This record gives sequence, structure tokens and C-alpha cells, in this order.
Amino acid sequence: MTTLESTVDRVVEVAGRYDPVIGLETHVELGTVSKMFCGCPTTFGAEPNTQTCPVCLGLPGSLPVPNEVAIESTIRIGLALHCDIASWCRFARKNYFYPDMPKNFQISQYDEPLCTNGYLDVTVEGRTVRVEIERVHLEEDTGKSLHVGGATGRIHGADHSLVDYNRAGIPLVEIVTKPVAGTGALAPVVGRAYVTELRELLRSLGVSDVRMEQGSLRCDVNVSLSPAGSGVWGTRSETKNVNSLRSVERAIRFEMGRQADVLDRGGRVVQETRHFHEDNGRTTPGRSKEEATDYRYFPEPDLVPVAPDPAWVDRLRTTLPELPAERRARLAGELGATDFEMESMANAGVVELVAATAAAGVPAAEARNWWLGYLTQKANAAEIEPADLAISPEQVARVIALVEDGTLSVGLARQAVDGVLETGADVDTVVAERGLRRVSDVDALAAAVDEAIAAQPDVAEKIRGGKVAAAGALVGAVMKATRGQADAKTVRELILRKLS
Amino acid sequence: MDLTRMTAAELGAAIAAGETSAVEVTQAHLDRIAAVDDRVHAFLHVDTDRALAAARAVDERRGTGATLGPLAGVPLALKDVIVTRGIPTTVGSRILEGWIPPYDATVTTKLREAGIVVLGKTNMDEFAMGSSTENSAFGPSHNPWDLDRVPGGSSGGSSAAVAAFTAPLGIGTDTGGSIRQPAAVTGIVGHKPTYGGVSRYGLVAFSSSLDQAGPFGRTVLDAALLHEVMAGYDPMDSTSIDAPVPPVVAAARLGGTGDLSGLRVGVVRELSGQGYEPGVEAVTRDALARLEKLGATVHEVSCPSFGYALPAYYLIAPSECSSNLARFDAVRYGLRVGDDGVRSLEEVMSLTREAGFGPEVKRRIILGTYALSSGYYDAYYGQAQKVRTLISRDFAAAFENADVLVSPATPTVAFPIGERANDPLAMYAADLCTLPASLAGLPAISVPSGLSEGLPVGLQVIAPALADDRCYRVAAALEADHGHPLTEEAPAL
Repeated sequence: MTTLESTVDRVVEVAGRYDPVIGLETHVELGTVSKMFCGCPTTFGAEPNTQTCPVCLGLPGSLPVPNEVAIESTIRIGLALHCDIASWCRFARKNYFYPDMPKNFQISQYDEPLCTNGYLDVTVEGRTVRVEIERVHLEEDTGKSLHVGGATGRIHGADHSLVDYNRAGIPLVEIVTKPVAGTGALAPVVGRAYVTELRELLRSLGVSDVRMEQGSLRCDVNVSLSPAGSGVWGTRSETKNVNSLRSVERAIRFEMGRQADVLDRGGRVVQETRHFHEDNGRTTPGRSKEEATDYRYFPEPDLVPVAPDPAWVDRLRTTLPELPAERRARLAGELGATDFEMESMANAGVVELVAATAAAGVPAAEARNWWLGYLTQKANAAEIEPADLAISPEQVARVIALVEDGTLSVGLARQAVDGVLETGADVDTVVAERGLRRVSDVDALAAAVDEAIAAQPDVAEKIRGGKVAAAGALVGAVMKATRGQADAKTVRELILRKLS
Repeated sequence: MDLTRMTAAELGAAIAAGETSAVEVTQAHLDRIAAVDDRVHAFLHVDTDRALAAARAVDERRGTGATLGPLAGVPLALKDVIVTRGIPTTVGSRILEGWIPPYDATVTTKLREAGIVVLGKTNMDEFAMGSSTENSAFGPSHNPWDLDRVPGGSSGGSSAAVAAFTAPLGIGTDTGGSIRQPAAVTGIVGHKPTYGGVSRYGLVAFSSSLDQAGPFGRTVLDAALLHEVMAGYDPMDSTSIDAPVPPVVAAARLGGTGDLSGLRVGVVRELSGQGYEPGVEAVTRDALARLEKLGATVHEVSCPSFGYALPAYYLIAPSECSSNLARFDAVRYGLRVGDDGVRSLEEVMSLTREAGFGPEVKRRIILGTYALSSGYYDAYYGQAQKVRTLISRDFAAAFENADVLVSPATPTVAFPIGERANDPLAMYAADLCTLPASLAGLPAISVPSGLSEGLPVGLQVIAPALADDRCYRVAAALEADHGHPLTEEAPAL
């Protein structure tokens, strides 16, 4: 049994012997004003059970009425994913008992989804992978349970449970890929790139706020391995609730390693659902499919079939906004970026941030460097997405402008960014309050240089003797004295001139 | 003047004219309930204070000179499957013990807006599953014609109340015959509207694709007046039909002239013969002769798929109920058994459902769970839906040559309490005549057609979808020919 998170090297090694096949099921909470089957608001974070009514509480006698905006959003998602849109389909009941499901069935879609047979292209290491979409369907979200007491946070072993029905009935779109094969060691990155691209697409459609940390975008990841070249797919595991882009990649990596261990020992991979643990990047078994519930799907008799007018669907098709792939192609020209640079930006989730920063009037190359470099580092350190950093593209542009006009050195600029991230204040305030101003005035620096020379006469003597490399110690002293605000190059020149 | 012997139309007119008051009318019915309901047991809950308050409000409105609707101030018995804000709603079950609904059904709202006075909630077979009220968790209701016999079901509390003169109007719900069968065996008028004609919002679901609320009255006009109040498009019910309410009151008045010239009546061959009491068949033959006398042409039609209606119904309705009744799980409302802080959630759910549901409800939940199970769905639920399509086609073919179709409303007169209680199949057979129209979503009325050995027999009149008015027209003509409401022949309680 693998005890540690699989490394990238391990994945390369596994992919040499086994062909991985991945599949992703993504749940997207739509950003509609009201719920799927009633008029309750959908605001995130309200007091528990304040956004409920007889319908979303499933009180006896209540009936669902579909939210037309949710149906429209689902069709737009399907169109953006190049799907066929059903001319007639029905909702179905998925029956199982769970306390956060008010009716003990979920209104979903079964064999008649709204959208089928689409695709989404992603680019990884210069290679375009077409991820085929099996189906896109619409359903209602469940409530949220909080199991109090017990070790696992799950219902078994809990002292008691609290249920919040605010989320119950929020429209949820499920997007299911077909199995993606043939990506080898890239499988974990392809999985991540797909979710990243899907999220950009959903954001561009304006149908969801796609915030993984709030659960408005949630992923289940299926992985199987088969002996290389055998062409026979292996048994898959289904890892539930993988809720960050980074986790998607880690979960696939871990499952590849774990399943390879099982197969290497001559064992059999069990078809089961597994839980992903953010803290250590591992998965552990959930319930096995052998004891799976029979959901007893049947057409929802409280709702009439959905039959979208083809003319309306055409209108939705022609009024789709510019999609991320098209937009990137256009931006590549505007930003003067290469294909590789665009891919890097797309997979880091910073294309829009770079574009917005450049649009604020600074060179695109600088914007790209900042977002792919220092800002991505800061985001990774905080385990959040770059877009969720507490700094706006406009603020980043201001930082760049201050570097461009010589006010800040790169080092000072990073301090300014840190200040913005820490305090939430704007760049100019941080610069003013922390006194972050490059000292390039030679007279002002001269005094500091003299002090440094006086303080370290032995070093000064070495430099006079021709050991120019020794100047670094004096430059460091000056930089320290000026709290980094001096320009190191200017300081160095001053020192050498004085001691020549 | 005995206010309880008057029709709803007469009471409404008398109140509007100031000849009596809504409070007097309501009090008279409350007094009658106090006098006879210990024997009839039509009511589960008599809502005395609110009923009198509603009546007072009508009288006050009249005092301000406002124009009152035709049923303002008229009392009504409401089946306990319709949700009423602030008034217990039990659905005849222990599982909802202690639940006070926080909202009103659309039907309840419409009654209040029309000034109709809800006297209380009436007894029913648990979750509307049954044909006798014997499946009520609170004991059976009794047929006012013979207190040892059932008043039909599942809406037997409402039918018994109207037949016992404790209410001039009643509301029932019909899934497979639960309005028409109780109407027939208590000698009153009961109509199941076109599916989607009356909002189901606030009707506690048994079988969503079949459930439909409808009116009871002692006369056809009374039922029609109530139908007009209840019916109409409701945006809260997706299956509600966005179309004008059929002109049922006008049709009842037209039929009341006794002229059915030019009307083509089809008699369904399959709804007769084996299993039908000779007395019922004799009364039905007599009714057909009277229809001809009134100017209708009568011919036989064949609907060969009707023979599959009962098995199809007993797959579809239990399947839907197994899902609809899943919500009664002790978590949010109603009964909770065994919650001792030690038992698991599953145990509490199981114990609650074990204690809260009666045997017939459990039987149907298990039937439906089985029919929807993986591997059985196509053979049972899927097949039953195909039968449903065939039945609709049979109706469509029959209506090519007929304006209405008729049959007995029930194969037998009211049976003795206890006779079928332990024989589910015999109980299911009580709905033999009413199931086809339910499965096809068609409007159908039961109108008293005579007596067999002193007990009422009903004639069922079925019309195409949204042609509910035809049912009322034919029923009113037959009633006019009889000369008076059949209930006037009932023995005094």
C-alpha cells in the first residue's frame, strides 16, 4: 500500500508500465438568483435554514416548479461544450435516504440529459487533448450536514448531526466526461487542465461563480490503470469531492501510484468510491459499489417534460460570449505571447489576470512575468488560486508602473505586493507608509557609502588592492542601511569609484 | 327551515339575500355534526372557532354591501389530505402526528377567497390508499344510508359528511376512484376533474401522476359551483393546465332542463358483467333508458385494454407512492420513534416508519419499491406506462363516436364494514370502473342513478380531457329526470 503521496517521478514510472484512463464528473452550482424548484434565494453563507420554504424543505403537499434560467444556463453550458441539445427530455427522481435530502429523493436527470456528446480541448505541454463530454444534466443540490462528535466527521460515530437546508434545491449542473485515455504520465496534468479550462468556460458564460473553496464547483475523479498496450481498461476508482485544481492533479497521481502497487502485487483494483484527503494528498476507501444503493430512478411525475424550442436554442447558440479558447487566441496576439506562454498562463489560471493588468496600461510581458512568477508563488504558498489573491490586476499594474518609472526596484516592488496582500491597502498607501522608495540620489547614497567604507576598512583595503569582488560586502551593508531602497547597481558603482 | 337540508346553491343565495346569515348556517351544521358525527365519524377534526370566525367575516363583508360569491358563507367538509395552515393535517396517518402545516394548499386558499367556511378535516384511508376509510389510522367512517356499511374511500369522510347533511359541500381527492366510488355508494355527486384542472399544490401526494382533487355535493349544480371555485391554472403546480376552466356551472344548468338531444352516449362493454352486482346492472340499464328518453343516443363501445387497468394502476400508483412517502422519515416533522440518543439515524427512521404507517401503506411502499428496482423497472413500471398509453388510445377511439362514455361507478353497492378489510384484492376491485379514466387523466363524474335494495348506485360519466362540462350536463339531466336529490330518500339518522 502506498503510504505517501505519489511524486511526479513515480507517475512517470507507473505510466511506463500502465496506461491510465481518467474521467471527471464536475458539479457546478449555478449562480441563479433563486433555487431550482422554488423562489428561495441562493446567497452563500446565510444563517442556517433561513433560505427555505415548503418546497425546498419537501413539506407534504409541496410541488417543484422549474427555474427557467437554470435550464437556459445548462443549455448554454452544453452549447459552449459543443453538445447536442435534447429536443425533449425529463427530470427523474433519484431515490435514497439521507437527512440532508428533504424529500429523500433528488430531482435529477437520468437517461434523458439536456445535453450530450460534446467536447472540450485542453493544451498540455504543447499537445492538445480533446476531452469528450458524455453528458451535461441539471439537478438540485442537497442540504449540508454537520456531524458533531466522533472521529471522522461522518455520520457514523457522530454524537448528533445538524442539517442546513439553505443549499437544498440550489440548481446544480453535472458535467460528465467520457473516459480520457492515452495521456500517459500527463494524465494528472490533463485532469487539472480540464477542470481549469472548464472553470474558465463557466466563468466566461457567467453561469456560476465557480468557487471551488465554497463548493460551487466540485469534482469527482475516476481513475483506472491497464497494462501498457493491452487495450483493455482496468477497474476504476471514483474519488469524491476533490475540491481544488491542485487536488485534482494530486488525486490522479495518488490513484495511479496506489493502483499500480495493487496490480504489481498481482492484486485486483476494487470498484469503489474513495475520499480524498487534502492534508496528505491520499485517498481512502468509501463505500464499495457492491453495497451501492439502487436509486430506483423514474421520471419525475410532478414535472412536465422539458422541450426547448429549437429556435430559442439557436438564439442561445448565436449569443454565446467569446469563449476562453477564442479569447486566448485573440489575447495571444494582443499580449504578444507565444503558444507556450499562453498555455502556461491558461493552466496557471492567470490569462484574464494578465489581460486585465496589461489593459491597465503596462507592458504585457511584465504583467505576464508578475502573474506567472511572484504572484503564482504567493498563491501556491497560500494554497489558493491566483485569482483569489487579495490584489487586483489594477494594483499589480500600479506596481509595475512604479518599477517602470524607477520609483521602485524589483525587490521593493515585491515588498509593496506583500504589503497589499497583508493589509488590503492600495499600492500607493503601502509604498508611502512603509517608505518604499528607491534611493537613487547619489548625494544621499554617498553618505551611506562613506559610512560603510569607514565601518569596514579592511574590506575597503582589499578593493583598493584590486579585489573588486569584495565590494559585495559593502554593497550589502549599504542596502541594509537604506532598508533595500537603494539601487544596488548604483551603490556598487559609487563604492568602486571612491576606492579606485 | 332546516338549514342543513338546503343545497349549497340555496344557502349561498339565502346568505347573499340576507335571509339567513353565514354564522347561522355554520352553527346549524356544527350542531348537526355534534348530533350525528359520533355515529358517522366523518370528521377527524372539527374546526369550530375558525369556522365561525370565517362565517362572521362573510357576514361582515355582506354588511359593508360587498357582492358575495355564490358559495360565500356555505360550509364545507375538507378531506384531511389537503394542507391547511394552522390546522392539523393527518392524511389519516399516525406518521404526521403533531404536524401543523405552515402553509395553505392552493385549493384551501381558493376556498377562503370564495368565503367558503371549512367546518373541519374529514376522515380518509391512510394516504388515500383504500376504498372504505377502514385504512384510516383513526377508525372507519360510516355510511349514513346504513351505518354498518362503508361510505367508500378513500374520500369517505367527505362523502359521509355530505350524505349525512353535516355539510352541504365536500372536497375529496381521486387517484383511482376515491371521489367517484364514495360518491356512488353514499348517493351523492362527486366529480374527478381533468388531470391538471385543479392545482395539486398542498395536496399531500399519494400518486403524483394520478392525484386530483374534486367536489362533492348532493346536487350536480352544487358540485359544479364548487368545481368553479377550486379549478384553474396554478403556477405553483407544473402539471396544472393553463386553460380556462370548463363552463361546468352553465353545463349543470343546461343539463337541468332535461334535454340531451343529439348527445351520443357510449356504454363501455368492458365495465359490466362478471363481478358486477345484478342490482347495480339493473339500475344502470334503467339509467341508460332514461338517457335515451331525454334525447341521447346510446350505443355500446369496446375498450379492450381496460382489462389491464387494475394491474397497471397497482404498479404505477405504488411506485410513485414509494418515492412520495420517503420524506416521512422523522427528521423534519411528524412522528419520531426511538430517538433515545443511542439509536442510529437509520434505526430511528425505520422504527418511525414501522410505527407510523399502517399495513396497506407499507404494502404499497414495498410493491412500488420492488417495481422500480433495477432489473424490474422495464417489466413492471415500464410495462404499466405502456398500458396507460393503450388505455388512452382506447378512449380516443371511443370518443370518435361518442360525446361521453358511461358505466356503473362501482361494481357493487356499499359493502359492510369489515367484509373486505383483510382481502386487499377484493378491496382493489371496488375501483374497477374508475381506474381507466384515472390512468388517462380524463374527467369523470359519479351521479346517483337509483337504489339497489335500498342502497345508492352511481352512474359514471366520462368525458374527453378538459370537457368536464359534458359530465355535469349529463349528470344534471339524469338528476332532473329523477326529480330530487337521491339523499332525500336516505333514512333519517
